Amino acid sequence: MNGKAIVAEGLVRDFGEVRAVDGVDLSVAEGEVYGFLGPNGAGKSTVVRMLTTLLLPTSGRATVAGVDVVVQPKRVRMRIGAALQDAALDNKQTGRELLRLQARLFGLSGREAKSRIRELERLIDIDEAMDRLISTYSGGMKRRLDLAAALIHSPRVLFLDEPTTGLDPISRVRVWEEVRRVNKDLGVTIFLTTQYLEEADSLADRVGIIDAGKLAAEGAPSYLKRTVGSDIIIAEIEGDTSAAHHAVRNVEGVSEVEAHETELTISVENGPASISRVALALHELEVTVHNLTLRTPTLDDVFLSVTGARLEVDATVDSPAGTDAS
Amino acid sequence: MSSTAGPPALERKRRLAFFSDVAAVGGRALRSIRRDPEAVIPALVIPVFFFVVNVGALQDFAEGIPGLDYKAFQLPVAIIFAVTGMSRALVVVSDIQSGYFDRLAITPVNRLSLLLGLMVADLSMVVLLTLPVLVLAFVVGVRFETGFLGILAFIGIAGAWAIAYSGFAYAIAFRTGNQAAVNTSFLLFFPFLFLTTVFLPKEALTDWMSTMAGYNPVTYLLEALRSLVSGGWDSGALARGLGSIGGVGALSLTLALLALRGRVSRG
Repeated sequence: MNGKAIVAEGLVRDFGEVRAVDGVDLSVAEGEVYGFLGPNGAGKSTVVRMLTTLLLPTSGRATVAGVDVVVQPKRVRMRIGAALQDAALDNKQTGRELLRLQARLFGLSGREAKSRIRELERLIDIDEAMDRLISTYSGGMKRRLDLAAALIHSPRVLFLDEPTTGLDPISRVRVWEEVRRVNKDLGVTIFLTTQYLEEADSLADRVGIIDAGKLAAEGAPSYLKRTVGSDIIIAEIEGDTSAAHHAVRNVEGVSEVEAHETELTISVENGPASISRVALALHELEVTVHNLTLRTPTLDDVFLSVTGARLEVDATVDSPAGTDAS
Repeated sequence: MSSTAGPPALERKRRLAFFSDVAAVGGRALRSIRRDPEAVIPALVIPVFFFVVNVGALQDFAEGIPGLDYKAFQLPVAIIFAVTGMSRALVVVSDIQSGYFDRLAITPVNRLSLLLGLMVADLSMVVLLTLPVLVLAFVVGVRFETGFLGILAFIGIAGAWAIAYSGFAYAIAFRTGNQAAVNTSFLLFFPFLFLTTVFLPKEALTDWMSTMAGYNPVTYLLEALRSLVSGGWDSGALARGLGSIGGVGALSLTLALLALRGRVSRG
């Protein structure tokens, strides 16, 4: 595998006239947690479906766990696990029955399956619910069972497609803990798609930002954040931003300014030293400032910088559809 | 921490896994039947109802035809009502809609077993559904001229017909992933059942109805089943019945396999 768990070169996927994925190159090292970050419709799931052999690329090539996804899909399937969007489970089975079926389809003997299920029960902390019908599970429990089903055959690479979408904050943090444990304890490479900045920041060793089917930026979260400056000043102002943009751009210490509706995102080398100069420049221009804040950069600032728009998905205010009762 | 064989060892074990896959998929489908009483109970009651109503309404009139035992004549009709259109195709729809089908597709499962496993469960359902009607028929005095082997052959032919017909429902399920579309597939069956010898023998039908019945495969299916009940072993009737099932099955299963191929294709 040459130390690479996933390699994609010029991956393209068209649906009729629409190009959903437009020349994506990826290189994910063994044992790495790679976060694929982007808004809905950016092409994240389409990339995952190609890498997990559910969809053929229109052009380009990809290998997963050292095997070509187009040429040898069966061998790829033996080496990967996947938990796709919305915890795809069969509500009329118990957790144990679902895992046993999954084990049989991957060729595990009855004894191996039993032993493996016992390990996974502990790993994902779901053992008390294993003999209940899945229809009685909370959203968080379903996600964890989904994770266990993906791990039943000890895969080398695990794909998680938006593993916490729809979960309440407590369940989300529990799933994060499981993902970290799977990566750390089992050494499994994890390819994780998400639209939550906090999730990518918290879990991923490296992040790829995808927008409109193209990889817009890639790197470790800390590296990406440094590319937009060491500090960020956010100025919420009234009226036209263009004059303010020009005035602030010429302030000493300011490296970049992005205008987004009534908000200026100002990248500076030294925030505490620059904020007063920025405030003064806006005051001299007689601009009404509603809010002026100084903070360190986030991945959302990176997203804004490379795509021109904010991701604007708040991981902490989702509907509590998956309130975890376990 | 893993105590299982890793992917390379499993890749070797998977090479002869077809029957294991069919058994695994079939086992899951059987469990779903047990947990789906609302689908099973009406299927058990309806054929008994038709048997009682048809015999009650027409026995005195129909037995004016010399040599006709109308209860024995109606038994195959009730059985065909019981098993036709009976399938686990709605499980396919539910799996497609929930995304569970994708989870199965990411495993190395043999694709054909995703259909055959469900059909194994369907065959078990056929046995389950035929039993109440057979018991009722025995209680009201119907006897098989062909004995115990004839009863087994009777259930076997009913099962073969159920599988042949279920191909249409599976074809629609794999193709559309739509519950309403699958439910309407049962309506295809109605003209087949009623444009045949469902109420009276062919010679008692009007000319046009008799002609239609001559082109209807269900006529020969009923003829084969009736021969087992009241005619003794009749190789000609059995051959025509099995031929009809083969013809319908060849068409429906071809459609089902094409639809399955389309569903698991990666295009």
